[in-house]
Amino acid sequence: MSITRETVEQAARLARLTVADDDKDRLAGELSAILGFVEQLDEINTDDVEPLTSVVGATARMRKDEVNAGDYPERVLANAPDRVTDFYAVPKVVE
Amino acid sequence: MAQTIKGQTGEWEIVIGLEVHAQVLSESKLFSGASTTFGKAPNHNVALVDAALPGMLPVLNEVCVRQAVRSGLGIKAAINLYSVFDRKNYFYADLPQGYQISQLYHPIVGEGELTIDLEEGESRAIGIERIHLEQDAGKSIHDQDPHRSFIDLNRTGVALMEIVSKPDLRGGDEASAYMTKLRSILRYLGTCDGNMEQGSMRADVNVSVRPMGSTELGTRTETKNVNSVRFIRQAVEYEAQRQVELLEGGGQVVQETRLYDPTKGETRSMRSKEEAHDYRYFPDPDLLPLQLDQAFVDAIAADLPELPDEKRARFEASYGLSNYDAGVLVAEKETGDFFEAVAEGRDAKLAANWVMGELFGALNKAGVELSNSPVSADALGGLIEAIGSDTISGRTAKDVFATMFETGKSADTIIDEQGLKQISDEGAIEAALDEIIASNPAQVEKAKENPKLKGWFVGQVMKATGGQANPGVVNKLINEKLG
Repeated sequence: MSITRETVEQAARLARLTVADDDKDRLAGELSAILGFVEQLDEINTDDVEPLTSVVGATARMRKDEVNAGDYPERVLANAPDRVTDFYAVPKVVE
Repeated sequence: MAQTIKGQTGEWEIVIGLEVHAQVLSESKLFSGASTTFGKAPNHNVALVDAALPGMLPVLNEVCVRQAVRSGLGIKAAINLYSVFDRKNYFYADLPQGYQISQLYHPIVGEGELTIDLEEGESRAIGIERIHLEQDAGKSIHDQDPHRSFIDLNRTGVALMEIVSKPDLRGGDEASAYMTKLRSILRYLGTCDGNMEQGSMRADVNVSVRPMGSTELGTRTETKNVNSVRFIRQAVEYEAQRQVELLEGGGQVVQETRLYDPTKGETRSMRSKEEAHDYRYFPDPDLLPLQLDQAFVDAIAADLPELPDEKRARFEASYGLSNYDAGVLVAEKETGDFFEAVAEGRDAKLAANWVMGELFGALNKAGVELSNSPVSADALGGLIEAIGSDTISGRTAKDVFATMFETGKSADTIIDEQGLKQISDEGAIEAALDEIIASNPAQVEKAKENPKLKGWFVGQVMKATGGQANPGVVNKLINEKLG
């Protein structure tokens, strides 16, 4: 599978990354190479194989429904670039 | 009766599917130990996991899992013992992780079914596609500052059940009946408080139209976050009409996200951005797959309460209530419990009439919830006993009830205090009647010729007994004596 310049732009937009024009062709080439490597797996028949969701071979542990965190807005907001009272303040999000 | 739209080119069928987001009742969040309490100061119900600080690991809340399974069993759904959490990736200011943890490929609950109740005792089964668990997002406030939006993460990470119906609904009535019934079932189960004003339940409404008889689905629109039963109906009706007009005018329905504006009663396009959604789902590497034991599910199944449909059938069968009355009484669990407490060992039909008539009327008028009723089930039962034993007449009972509602006193106390006890003793009534007959010979002659004039004697006996004579006994005696 070959990654085009447009696909690079689309992926960058979805990830909110700025990619310089000069880099786009190079990145398309690198991403194509990576996918090409992974495509070797196509040689194997995986018709009856479930997609792997974890390599650990364990299943989820659950916790009790207890309130044991929170009530510490100062810790939560400690790294906020901007705040108003106990709200985060961010550049206006327009609907 | 399904609603259709009569257009200029013919009749159109409305096809609706609802995705309902129901907030799970739990103490703490789906993956963190922060509280789920509503109305706390901003960013107080936030754990570091919810704020998505680096290095934080989500750990699944057992009660949320239990509640999802319980909800699934309540709609007779298949429970998937194996389910997986996926990341749904998108950027928004109130989603600090940059993704929502949800379940796309392996939801915890599979196909089920819910019976909606329509007018005139009609009902219809509506398919449910799935229920999956996911995180709620935070809240953005846009109107407090000209240049900034304020973000509160208190709701971030609270567990939601997304309950997805099949496209089986055929009009605004059915869509609102579905929401009403789903809410009732979840409240019976105790898995969601159903508080729509606080956003505990909200629906994404998928609507499309097609010419009557067609089996292909038309292009649908999705109206997001509709938060009342009435708005769901209105959104469906507006949107279906809009689509029919569009199609008949030679246009095409665009698959898009819309929002419902309750003040204008219309839906409008929400995202003009052409960019197709690409959520790039993948299994969350922070969370292992969830594997439940059948025993875990069986234990929950064994503990299910009686649900509205079963209760309604039982009310009809064992109390002899009409289908309609039973439906009204079971819509809320509290109402059904209240009714049963009143009806226990008493005349059930009379109990149903008093609960739905005088009591609901008085509560409504006073703007009081049933849980705060000044007349308890026991007290209302006392009044019904007084009617049943002919201690008071039905008409006097209404006055007694009004006093009970006002003062909180028992029926017996009020009857005693006001001397309302009905006289059913034939001897006493007969004595009064004999006296009236003896002193009014002319009236007696007239009444014998014209039976209609017997009413005058009823009035006189009532007057003589201070209105307390049992009307049935009075009539009987007058008929005997004036033949």
